[in-house]
Amino acid sequence: MQSKQTGRIGAALIWCAVIAAIVVPVVAASTSPLLAWRDPIYILAGFAGIVAMCLMLLQPLLIAGYLPGTPKVIGQRVHRMVGAALVIAIIIHVAGLWITSPPDVMDALLFVSPTAFSVWGVIAMWAVFAAALLATFRKRLRLGFRTWRRAHLVFAVITVAGTVTHALLIEGTMETITKILLCALVVLATAKIILDLWVSAARRRRGT
Amino acid sequence: MSRLLFTRRSLLAAGSAVVAAGVSGQVRPAYAQGLAPTPSMRGGANNYRPGAPIVDRIGGGGFWMTGTVRRAGDGAPLAGQRIQIWAHTTEGHERDPQSHGATLTDANGEFRMEMPQIVPAFGQPHGHLAYDSEDFQTVFLRPVMRSSRDKTLEAHFVLQPA
Repeated sequence: MQSKQTGRIGAALIWCAVIAAIVVPVVAASTSPLLAWRDPIYILAGFAGIVAMCLMLLQPLLIAGYLPGTPKVIGQRVHRMVGAALVIAIIIHVAGLWITSPPDVMDALLFVSPTAFSVWGVIAMWAVFAAALLATFRKRLRLGFRTWRRAHLVFAVITVAGTVTHALLIEGTMETITKILLCALVVLATAKIILDLWVSAARRRRGT
Repeated sequence: MSRLLFTRRSLLAAGSAVVAAGVSGQVRPAYAQGLAPTPSMRGGANNYRPGAPIVDRIGGGGFWMTGTVRRAGDGAPLAGQRIQIWAHTTEGHERDPQSHGATLTDANGEFRMEMPQIVPAFGQPHGHLAYDSEDFQTVFLRPVMRSSRDKTLEAHFVLQPA
């Protein structure tokens, strides 16, 4: 009884932490003074980027079943839906910035931007698209599951590395401390899934 | 049957290679003969509006863009040169016409333009300046403010005869 109750409290804490990790940065960004001097489309573009990073935190948690009370089957289904939402968020982010300042986005997409963070953002964007395409055409690609998962995970790691670097170098609407914390959580969640896979692969090799 | 996803070493190597590629910049050769002309900066021409009018001040003011214009080689100050200035400010986006204005250098080759406070846009608090007239080669600059709380920003042109 005791342990069941502790487990329930632990589960509630994890859920609260995940919800807070997503809600707090968005709320903090919504108080940014920069918003006063931006058109709605530019504001939308910025928030689409923030939402995209929040969704990135959910992805490893969902697919690996780290969220308490979420069966793996449901986690996988939601992972796919969140992945689609992530692609849409990134398209809104880039399109909104394009409308706000076409030459700056053109420079970024062509990798000739004066700002290093744009390069990282564009790398992350292509990595997300690649991971999503792999997921969409998984059956038709006929890769073995391990090979497919490795490729999908490599793109996910590039996405996370690119996004976090992109976000940290930018002086934008995100509040600094909540931005750093969200970045750290996204990196930790991704690192956890890789470590768990390493450990289980090593265990399989040892036959234990 | 089962294999590791990737080794720690390969992941670290790939990661650091990507970081190195992103961070490395360009190196420019030193100019041997006298004062070198200022090269245009990446992205400097973005949202440029050719022929923006000469104004006393852009919008309500409160922020100062200053700088000098000199001739390449001997460094002589160039008077009466038209410099266009634009930025994302508290009063408008870069592409907005009211965010643009031009001014002329004085006898010492110096210019000063009052404009609204520049605020961070596209990730950095930065301004844009252009020299785009007949006598010298066109130069576009994109200086970045050290802090978004700064009330001034400066940019210097060394122009090469066209």
